[in-house]
Amino acid sequence: MPTAAPLILLVEDEAPIRRFLRASLAGEGYRLAEADTGRQGLRLATQQPPDLVILDLGLPDMDGQEVLQQLREWLKAPIVILSARDQEKQKIAAFDLGADDYLTKPFGTGELLARIRVALRHAARVEGERESTTFESQALRVDLANRRVFVNDREIHVTPLEYKLLTTLVRHAGKVLTHRFLLKEVWGPHHAHETHYLRVFMANLRRKIEADPAQPLYLLTEQGVGYRLAVD
Amino acid sequence: MSQADTRPNPDELLARVKAEESRSGRGKLKIFFGYAAGVGKTYAMLEAARREKEEGVDVVVGYVEPHGRPETEALLAGLEALPPKMAPYGGVVLREFDLDAALKRKPRLILIDELAHTNAEGLRHAKRWQDVQELRDAGIDVYATLNVQHLESLNDVIAQITTVVVRETVPDAVLEEADEIELIDLTPEELIDRLKAGKVYLRQQAERALENFFQKSNLQALRELSLRQAAQRLQKDVDAARRDKAVAAPWATNERLLVCVGPSPTSMKLIRTARRMAAAFGAEWIAVAVEQPLAVGHPSATREQISQHLRLAERLGAETRMLIGEKVADTVLDFARQRNVTKIVVGKTALSRWKRLFFGNVVDQLLDKSGEIDVYVIRGEAEGRPRRPVPTQPPAVVWRQYAATAGVVVICGLVGALFHRLRLAEANLLMVFLLGVVVVANRFGRWPAVVCAIANVLVFDFFFVQPYFSFAVSDAEYLFTFAVMLGIGLLISVLTVRIREQLKASQLIEARTAALFRLTKQLGELSGTEFLAQSAGRQLQEIFDAEAVVYLREQDDRLVLRFGDWTSIVAQATNSVVAQWVTDHDQPAGAGTDTLPSATALFVPLIGSQETLGAVGVKPRDPQRFMDPEQRRLLQTCASLIALSIERDLSILKAHEAQLQVQAEQLRNSLLSSVSHDLRTPLAVIAGASSSLLDASPGQTPETRRELLETIVEESRRLTRLVDKLLDMTRLESGKVVLNKQWHVLEEIVGSALNRLRHDLKDHPVRVEIPPEFPLLSIDSELLEQVFFNLLENAARYTPPGSEIEISARPIGAEIEITVADAGPGIPTGSELRIFEKFFRGPAIAPDGRRGAGLGLSICKAIMQAHGGQIRVRNRPEGGAEFTLLLPYVEVAPPVKLDAAPAAGGA
Repeated sequence: MPTAAPLILLVEDEAPIRRFLRASLAGEGYRLAEADTGRQGLRLATQQPPDLVILDLGLPDMDGQEVLQQLREWLKAPIVILSARDQEKQKIAAFDLGADDYLTKPFGTGELLARIRVALRHAARVEGERESTTFESQALRVDLANRRVFVNDREIHVTPLEYKLLTTLVRHAGKVLTHRFLLKEVWGPHHAHETHYLRVFMANLRRKIEADPAQPLYLLTEQGVGYRLAVD
Repeated sequence: MSQADTRPNPDELLARVKAEESRSGRGKLKIFFGYAAGVGKTYAMLEAARREKEEGVDVVVGYVEPHGRPETEALLAGLEALPPKMAPYGGVVLREFDLDAALKRKPRLILIDELAHTNAEGLRHAKRWQDVQELRDAGIDVYATLNVQHLESLNDVIAQITTVVVRETVPDAVLEEADEIELIDLTPEELIDRLKAGKVYLRQQAERALENFFQKSNLQALRELSLRQAAQRLQKDVDAARRDKAVAAPWATNERLLVCVGPSPTSMKLIRTARRMAAAFGAEWIAVAVEQPLAVGHPSATREQISQHLRLAERLGAETRMLIGEKVADTVLDFARQRNVTKIVVGKTALSRWKRLFFGNVVDQLLDKSGEIDVYVIRGEAEGRPRRPVPTQPPAVVWRQYAATAGVVVICGLVGALFHRLRLAEANLLMVFLLGVVVVANRFGRWPAVVCAIANVLVFDFFFVQPYFSFAVSDAEYLFTFAVMLGIGLLISVLTVRIREQLKASQLIEARTAALFRLTKQLGELSGTEFLAQSAGRQLQEIFDAEAVVYLREQDDRLVLRFGDWTSIVAQATNSVVAQWVTDHDQPAGAGTDTLPSATALFVPLIGSQETLGAVGVKPRDPQRFMDPEQRRLLQTCASLIALSIERDLSILKAHEAQLQVQAEQLRNSLLSSVSHDLRTPLAVIAGASSSLLDASPGQTPETRRELLETIVEESRRLTRLVDKLLDMTRLESGKVVLNKQWHVLEEIVGSALNRLRHDLKDHPVRVEIPPEFPLLSIDSELLEQVFFNLLENAARYTPPGSEIEISARPIGAEIEITVADAGPGIPTGSELRIFEKFFRGPAIAPDGRRGAGLGLSICKAIMQAHGGQIRVRNRPEGGAEFTLLLPYVEVAPPVKLDAAPAAGGA
């Protein structure tokens, strides 16, 4: 049964940005609700719960993080953050508050649309469907049922922790995962601050999976925030 | 008369302009001038003040003597009055004018009664007129009252008339400087009536006053004096007006007056007379004292007396000089000619007739040799017989000198006896005795030599002239021999002593010159205010055998101690206040002066050619030292030397700063031109491309449209990067960057930069060679990634497509070396260092025809430096540029526990 086009709530105070986003999102067939203040955004969200929120962190009336926090209290839909370059710290905080993805201004619409697709797909999966037992992206294949990893159909041997790290990324493929989240998932809550562990394991995993570990195709670095597993 | 003569000469014009300038910033002084108490000065002053107040002027009564006169009281009512300062003094409390309160209140006009009043001890200034000076300096207008008998130059005249010596005096300069003088006149009859009616003093006081001071004859004389003063003043105003209009008129030639001052108390009268003459002639005047070389450096009552007289002259407005010379008249005349003096004032000396015969009279010599200079001889006495100077305490060593003299006499006698026995000629004996006198004169000075001469004559007579062993003389011829012998002995003694003392004097002068020379040299060799102040302080301590402090004014006008924080001068809190006062007022103060005399050191300002830089304070071990004007002058000379040195140093510094500023300015300009160009170009492209898309002419093919769109995206990207770089640069330069250091995998950071540049690098193969066992680095990943980003961006832009870029890393000792090498044209030789300077743009032009903004590499350098590392560049032998990053590797990364067992269930 065809569902209605997804509703996207755009909270952004800059009119020019709203204008070009409106054009590109409408072109992709999304429905759009627009708010130019945090308060208005919160009100619109309660009036008609959106399928996805695009939230600018720098709002005139209230802190974007505050809006994010209030939304997350009840809203399950993915939230994509827009931030300026000098707001790195806020970016990480936003992930901790439950943001699903972020984009740094200026960004291309192509990239934004890709992120929106990934986020919506994830949301849909969470909604119900059983996870598929195999993950595939380009030449990488992870067989989750049999705990096996292949690159170009050649099996790769990974350690238990490397595997755990990889499957965590696979579960959230396409989504940015913060250092803290990955550490908690793989090593447990007591190691949440030892990011160098994560970096060393990631480096080793890349050496096994990537053709050139310095120019990864799958295990992408999100500088200062965390990692992301590329999807086609 | 020629035309030129009728015009004011430039010096005078300048002086007048200066006087007017200093007047415009300063408060005005109006003096209500009278000849006795009770003529109504205070009344007139209050009346004038009320008129001003009615005009809306902010008037405050600073201090009015509470005589309890009802008319005065009535006028006081309704005027704002400052509460008097209560100064405890020997059991009683004195009411004094509160200077600080007045300065704080800062009215437009303030009323001060009794200008000549002497302040209670412990107040800032010794005299009230000094308070008034400070008020005027602060821009406050002052109304003040003054009686004629308090004028310094009339002091002795009035003492003669009234037989009452007035102790409270005001320098004539104060009256002269006053902007306005109002003469308050009343006939003596009326004044006496007022006095009798009890309007001036209470009844008993009034009767006593009538018997003494207020006799009619006295009053008439005083009135005449006051009228004459006022008339003189009037004449001066007329003169000034005449000069302003340059009316051809009798023109006072540039008179310069010189007064010779000696130790005798008559000199005081002489000085006051000279002061009046100078005023009458409108001349500047100089007071000199001549010190004979043999007196130099001998502190004595005489010298003390002379110093006092010179100080008096200084107070009366004279320039003072201590001259050194053997012949008084010649020395004075030399100096007078050198300074273009036109008139010399000298006291009639009371020398006994024979002394005059022998040594000549200074006055006669002056008259003799003065030539074109007028010499005025003033009768000296008046102030009582010249007091015999108190004999200085005899030196303790004196008896020893005389004992030694006796020894010399004995030796002469023994040698004489030997000669006598050997039957040598009598002349030889005489020579021996004369030799004795010379030796004594040379060793012990005049009086022992005189004693020796007499004793030798006696010994000679007693032992070697017949009859032997008797003072009797058989041959009358010997009497002549004795006389000649004594005469020669005395003469020799005088000459020898003179030579000796001249030597001493020249040594002393030499020492002074040497001290100044040393100071100049030391200060000349140093640079840096701190060093100069230190050196100056040490030199002052040495020259004056004293403790010294040096205060310098900072940029924010605060006075800061730069030398001598361990001295007892600093230990006393008031001294720093004195230093501040001295700096603010450009006048010496402290110990030995009239201003803030309670301070323990003498402070003199450091007056440079532009401004006052601070003050030095000196506290000699011998507290009497600065009573000698010569020493004070030496200190002032030292101070101006120090000031000029420091000023010179500061001006060099300023020139340097100015140069830096020019460089900064150039930098800013190049930033503006570079940035505005780099910002405008992409904007122009974007605007152009998008508007042509909008217009969409019919001939526009889809390919053209796509090309335009790509251009827009491309230029936006360029613009973004430029803005990012500018922001980075600003952030790094603001110094607020705190490194967020964490343990990182280098490969990941390089990878992140490569990922961001994947679009630019699509035509360039990149080879990354980082060994797998490469250690973790403690770095700020975001910043270091920016370094790689900038280097790789440059490589992508300036090297031909298809050429390889190579990144490699290796640990070397305690450093990590990372190289980024390309196979492009390399960098121009000689620009290896400049390439990292901000806004340096090499000749390289990217294939797109653009040049960089000259920011990227300077950002790299700043980031590397923040990490304690370096960045270098060289051209590779095989072609292309190679950038080398060096990072310190001192910390060892924490261990990471790896797991080894394969996880996969199968295989």
